[in-house]
Amino acid sequence: MEVRPDIFLIIVGAALVTFIPRVVPLMLLSRITIPEWGMRWLNYVPVAVMSALIAQELFIEDGRFQTLSANVELIAAVPTFWIAVKTRSLLGTVITGILSLMLLRLLF
Amino acid sequence: MKLESAQGDLPAAQGSDDSFLRGVKDCLPTLLGYLSIGFAAGVVEKTAGLSIAEIALLSIILYAGSAQFIAAGMIAAGSTISGIIITILFVNLRHLLLSAALSPYFRHLTPFRNLLIGALLTDETFGVAIQASARKKNISEKWMHGLNITAYLNWIAANLAGAYLGQWITNPEQWGLDFALPAMFIGLLVLTVMSRSKYILDITVGGISILIAVGISILWSPSMGVIAATVIASTIGMVMEKWK
Repeated sequence: MEVRPDIFLIIVGAALVTFIPRVVPLMLLSRITIPEWGMRWLNYVPVAVMSALIAQELFIEDGRFQTLSANVELIAAVPTFWIAVKTRSLLGTVITGILSLMLLRLLF
Repeated sequence: MKLESAQGDLPAAQGSDDSFLRGVKDCLPTLLGYLSIGFAAGVVEKTAGLSIAEIALLSIILYAGSAQFIAAGMIAAGSTISGIIITILFVNLRHLLLSAALSPYFRHLTPFRNLLIGALLTDETFGVAIQASARKKNISEKWMHGLNITAYLNWIAANLAGAYLGQWITNPEQWGLDFALPAMFIGLLVLTVMSRSKYILDITVGGISILIAVGISILWSPSMGVIAATVIASTIGMVMEKWK
């Protein structure tokens, strides 16, 4: 049960660069009125961010494109998407994803 | 006020759609997702050689799944302190966009109260909040704290559970645990798109975002990939909506 000084520095530094982007827009943008086009832009941010993060998880491995033939994550994403659309349940989606990948790794 | 049918047999629950407790409740469906991701993070951190106390600190003051996975991986690989912090800065720049997207709902609050909301903001709580905002057109401060704090405590518990059990789980990938994070993003994306019925625009924006994210990640860096994809794809969505 010890905290090494260099690990402590990493944790504090990482926490700071995580905290600032989380709070600054909320603190500043609430002082300013956002124009209509800005609101429209922000409306698309969630869809764009999540699509980009999913794309990276599925297609990128160590900064390289993962070949489609050996990509079990991509196959596991199919039932995961399907369950998400059918049930609209976050819990069901996560469980389906984990189980699908576990089964695929057992099979291949 | 909407006229409710005569079901209000619980006085405390009446008109409490925006209460702290309602925020806690609305967080519940995401808890197993958090548990599995947090558990996976704890296992990965433990196998990277971190102590239980260090893992506790990570989850309490960093509180960011992607950043914790990156920190564990880079510590195990022997990266420099500044290298780790700069990488995490880039990955977490996306929080600027999430925080900005929520800001219109909290503009009536003081900067300090906005800070309290932002401090515990994550991809997941953002996803739940923005989905709720599409449904009821506003987000209450108390509801947001209920959502955020529930997620936060659950995350810390999940990390510690993963850290303890990580001593025996040597291969988390065998159990598909590494898919918890992408599966959660898939669920949040589908829920967001289905809640606002702008299917053609949303699917176009998502598709463009995927292409840019993959392209920039290969050519430049994965963290720039997310940022560039978000900025460009959202701008295209904004312009396309104007044309319609």
